[in-house]
Amino acid sequence: MARGANMKISQKLTEAVFSIIFFLCGAVSVVFVIATALFLTVKGLPALARIGVSDFLLGTSWKPLANEADFGILPFILTSLYLTAFAVALGAPIGFFCSVYISKKAGNVTKKAARQAVEMLAGIPSVVFGLVGMAVLVPAVRKMFSLSDGACFLSAALILAVMILPTVIKVALPALDAVPADFEAASLALGATPEETWFRVSVPSAKSGIAAAVTLGAGRAVGEAMAVMMISGNAPNMPSLFASVRPLTSAVASEVSYASGLHRQALFSCALVLFLLIMIINALLDFFLRTNKNK
Amino acid sequence: MLICVFALSACNAGVTRISLDGSTSMEKTVGFLGEAFAEKHPEISITYNPTGSSAGIEALRAGRCDIGVSTRYLTDDEKTGGLRETVIAYDLIAVVVNSENPLDNISMDELAEVFRGNITSWEAFGGSGEIVLIGRETGSGTRDGFEEATGTKDECKYRRELTSGGDVGAAVTENPLCIGYMSYASIPTGDKIKALSVDGYSADEYENGISGYKLLRPFIFAWRDGELSSAAKDFLSFALSDEGARYIKLSGVSPAAE
Repeated sequence: MARGANMKISQKLTEAVFSIIFFLCGAVSVVFVIATALFLTVKGLPALARIGVSDFLLGTSWKPLANEADFGILPFILTSLYLTAFAVALGAPIGFFCSVYISKKAGNVTKKAARQAVEMLAGIPSVVFGLVGMAVLVPAVRKMFSLSDGACFLSAALILAVMILPTVIKVALPALDAVPADFEAASLALGATPEETWFRVSVPSAKSGIAAAVTLGAGRAVGEAMAVMMISGNAPNMPSLFASVRPLTSAVASEVSYASGLHRQALFSCALVLFLLIMIINALLDFFLRTNKNK
Repeated sequence: MLICVFALSACNAGVTRISLDGSTSMEKTVGFLGEAFAEKHPEISITYNPTGSSAGIEALRAGRCDIGVSTRYLTDDEKTGGLRETVIAYDLIAVVVNSENPLDNISMDELAEVFRGNITSWEAFGGSGEIVLIGRETGSGTRDGFEEATGTKDECKYRRELTSGGDVGAAVTENPLCIGYMSYASIPTGDKIKALSVDGYSADEYENGISGYKLLRPFIFAWRDGELSSAAKDFLSFALSDEGARYIKLSGVSPAAE
């Protein structure tokens, strides 16, 4: 009897200890998000106050070290938004159809090979994408459009479209795989073709997973700095297809190591704007894709 | 546990530390000097934190290091704040173009006009096509040195702003219309890239003792006036000695002592 009671107590103790450990692990990620947000706000606000919110957000000239310094980041904000939109518009459909193909149509061998390829694509570091882009894509774009230089918005958007592919596929694929076989079997039994079944039954059932895939892909595109920095030209111009451009991420990454004073503070403000931008994009996508699903 | 800590600190008591902080482009030079110095003085340990010129000066000001390492001269502001400097070496900034480019020499004035965006076509130099300007990011020591020497501060109309000399080299190698600048020491050899001479003087000649090449940037050691430890003083005079000059040369830049 006594032994049984002891065991119960020790069991309860173990459970209590583990529940505390798990709680702490869960709390860590929340704490990090809050700490990052606080840090960026504290570091980013002084420059905003000194430069002026409208001069900072709507200014079109970035000359942080000139005698009459300009700290306008509108070109960076617009470049970030347009690059993300382009990359998602190009990459998300490819990723989506690729997932449908791998999940539903492909034979066993192809399926395995394609999954492996996606895994490998996901594992390629962004600096490698940057190098390949610099050596292959940039000269190709220059020759194809007879430009004087190929490092431009288009090159960056193309690289980003490729880079978000694995993110989109890796999230969409399990969602499509998880559609109950009964649903598809029922659809087929009612006389629908396999294609009709995939797009009318499987895809709608997996909609929330596919929506998450697109959202994560957009997050990946807006947050990428290294590869873009190497092939977008990285000059602070307003975005247009063949212009040399710089998004918010590269703006922070390329100058922060040498910046000091107000310049450095302004880069923290850039990071704050980037942080807010990513939150807004995620919230908006989440909202639209979710309401779409409920219809 | 406590014993361990005591043992460690006892160990460290015999070692004097010199901490340096600053320019990323001087990492190699400081590394060569530091290793040679440490071999002669095993009781002194040298640490180097390559954070960038401005960050290095900032660290020096805040007392986080003994010697600040910079590729730009101190500002008047910094000097009145009690900082002192000495030039230990000069880095040659090379103007680089694709080897298909027929140009071999450019004058300082032409160079400035090209980078200001007033000359936009290679036709002005007997070639063809639009000139594509490759520069470095704001705050880079190389960019600062180049714009200072050519008098084009904040006027350059860069097509690309890249974040390392290697990237500039890659861009020039890839596109025959590009012109850029990078540290002479880091020009890749045997690639499709060549350095122009400026006003008739080439950086190669400078290396062989013929001065006249004007695109230089200083490598500077800075310290807080009157607060230099004796170990740091020794290191400084080593850097300026003939022996130090040999190691500076080995690292690919020109010693100031010559």
